[in-house]
Amino acid sequence: MRKLTYADAICEAQIEEMARDENVFVIGEDVDIAGGVYKLTKGVLERFGPRRVVGTPISEEAFCGLAAGAAMTGLRPIVEIMYIDFILMAMDPVVNQMAKIPFMSGGQFAMPVTIRAQAGAGTVEGAQHSQSLEAWFTHTPGFKVCMPATARDAKGLLKAAIRDDGPVLVIENRCLFNEEEEVPDGEWVTPLGKADVAREGKDVTVVAMGYARRKALAAAERLAGEVSVEVVDPRTLWPLDMETILESVKKTGRVIVTHESPARGGVGAEIVRRIVAEGFDYLDAPPVVVAGADLPMPFSPGLEQACLPQAETIAEAARRVIGMA
Amino acid sequence: MAAKRAGSKINSAADEAARVRMLRRMLSIRRFEEEVKRLYRAGGIKGAIHLYIGQEAVAAGACEALRPDDYVTSTHRPHGHCIAKVFDLKRTMAEMMGKASGLSGGFGGSMHQFCKEKGFLGGNGIVGGGMGLALGAAFSARYRKTDQVAVCFFSEGASNQGVIHECLNMAALWKLPVIYLCENNQYAATTPVGKSTCTKDIAPRAAAYGLPWAICDGNDVLDVYETTRTAVERARNGGGAAFIEAKTYRAEPHCGIIADGRDKAELALWKSAERDPIPRHEARLIAEGILTAEGARELRAEVERDIAEAVEFARRSPAPDPAKALAREGRP
Repeated sequence: MRKLTYADAICEAQIEEMARDENVFVIGEDVDIAGGVYKLTKGVLERFGPRRVVGTPISEEAFCGLAAGAAMTGLRPIVEIMYIDFILMAMDPVVNQMAKIPFMSGGQFAMPVTIRAQAGAGTVEGAQHSQSLEAWFTHTPGFKVCMPATARDAKGLLKAAIRDDGPVLVIENRCLFNEEEEVPDGEWVTPLGKADVAREGKDVTVVAMGYARRKALAAAERLAGEVSVEVVDPRTLWPLDMETILESVKKTGRVIVTHESPARGGVGAEIVRRIVAEGFDYLDAPPVVVAGADLPMPFSPGLEQACLPQAETIAEAARRVIGMA
Repeated sequence: MAAKRAGSKINSAADEAARVRMLRRMLSIRRFEEEVKRLYRAGGIKGAIHLYIGQEAVAAGACEALRPDDYVTSTHRPHGHCIAKVFDLKRTMAEMMGKASGLSGGFGGSMHQFCKEKGFLGGNGIVGGGMGLALGAAFSARYRKTDQVAVCFFSEGASNQGVIHECLNMAALWKLPVIYLCENNQYAATTPVGKSTCTKDIAPRAAAYGLPWAICDGNDVLDVYETTRTAVERARNGGGAAFIEAKTYRAEPHCGIIADGRDKAELALWKSAERDPIPRHEARLIAEGILTAEGARELRAEVERDIAEAVEFARRSPAPDPAKALAREGRP
């Protein structure tokens, strides 16, 4: 199978969907200049021209509002937020308008907006360029949220998001942009709300999202022969594929949830809540969340890494959960 | 568009039917809201009610300058804009009561009346929340190669939100067919404009973005109509965005039936027949021979019947059934 980088997979998804549907367009800062700061719209301008690839002033609130108004009147915007931290400048259009208008209007208006926002930590950029805000939007009724952790899902989930009639936040991870992976040729759509069992195992389930998926897989590798780890990547945080998660927990009886954002009020806590509510009888040990530190991200590289879940911390948690440490 | 002060003589292109229609729209809004106020006091309407009484000429005049397929975004004080653009008194009143037959099926209420069919992109509970939506509707019209225009109603209160700066810049930069129409009703909740705003007029700010602007008498429906028509025609023909400030007055308190601490003489002045937009326009129509006194009485009686029917329709309509309306397959 051919290989693509995560970044090229994002570009390819947009090009395919724009070719498929005339009403799809891309808007955001620098998207029309040399493929954007992170080259996530590479080749899109050349193919579709400035009418459909719209570079904006630094005005997140206005261009997110524009996307909502355009979606209400027949278009399907893809909004690029250069860093997810910047979406906080646009919380009114995103949370008060996009997420609520389909409902408040009694279903008259669809809101087919895809927001692509890149996030993640580990690139030494300080507290305002390193947040993982997935919990904010998972907490907002009316929003769907996904976090592709592979090139194949970066393409597949984005295509599904663009075709969805409600607002979808696609959180891309910048530490993965240059990672090359196999991506099937031709039509490749990853349905929203479907988890991926990234590695099969029988002793403990690690539910891992975004970049934490890689760390969970590394932990599983490290524990091979000692503890058999099953890694489940939910891929979409809302709607959440509880069926796959519960099936895994039923098999292993033990569960760790891991993400890079802090544990407080986080998606990990929500997943644990649902496991307890819907699969309490499967549990042989209390569920554990391995998360980022409860701090704004510090700059100094050593401090930053110390604030993130690592393969070793996940492995230690796994040993603890099954009573080996 | 040149800056124009209130009180100048209006040479309007509106034909006689349009002039009478604007009176009817204003009367409908006024009587609708008086009924809302009565029903609110009686407990038939609940929630936050922001009345538009006193400002009717702005909605009626501006919407008369629009086509049915043009777009309007409104505010937390949306009844006037909704009636002027959509003109469905029954379903608007039903939405006020949270009924299933309401414009938004009971999911929106007073502040969230929507009508896709008539290009009404909704009231908005967030001050300034419609500014980006109007920008997007105008962007969309151009993208789809139609000649539709979007009008964004907002208040002098909203003019101090940061988003307007972003929107005016983008509207001007891309020459989008959008009209930002500021209803300067003198009060943001209870704060008078002089306490919130460093200049007497709002509209000249638009010049900083290279946008044409005008100030009109927001209590003169023909002045609002003409000013809006000029801006809309320009936008429809590719001339880009514009900014209008309509000077008007919110005759009722900010919200619900709260106490009004404003100066009594000020209130009396704005409610007088010389300032109130409805008697002003009615007297002009009679003076110009477009309407007889008898005709005016008939018109008022017709509006009275419309309102009574709307209230009756709303009252008789069932409330949404929670089991159906909130079920996964039933909800919007």
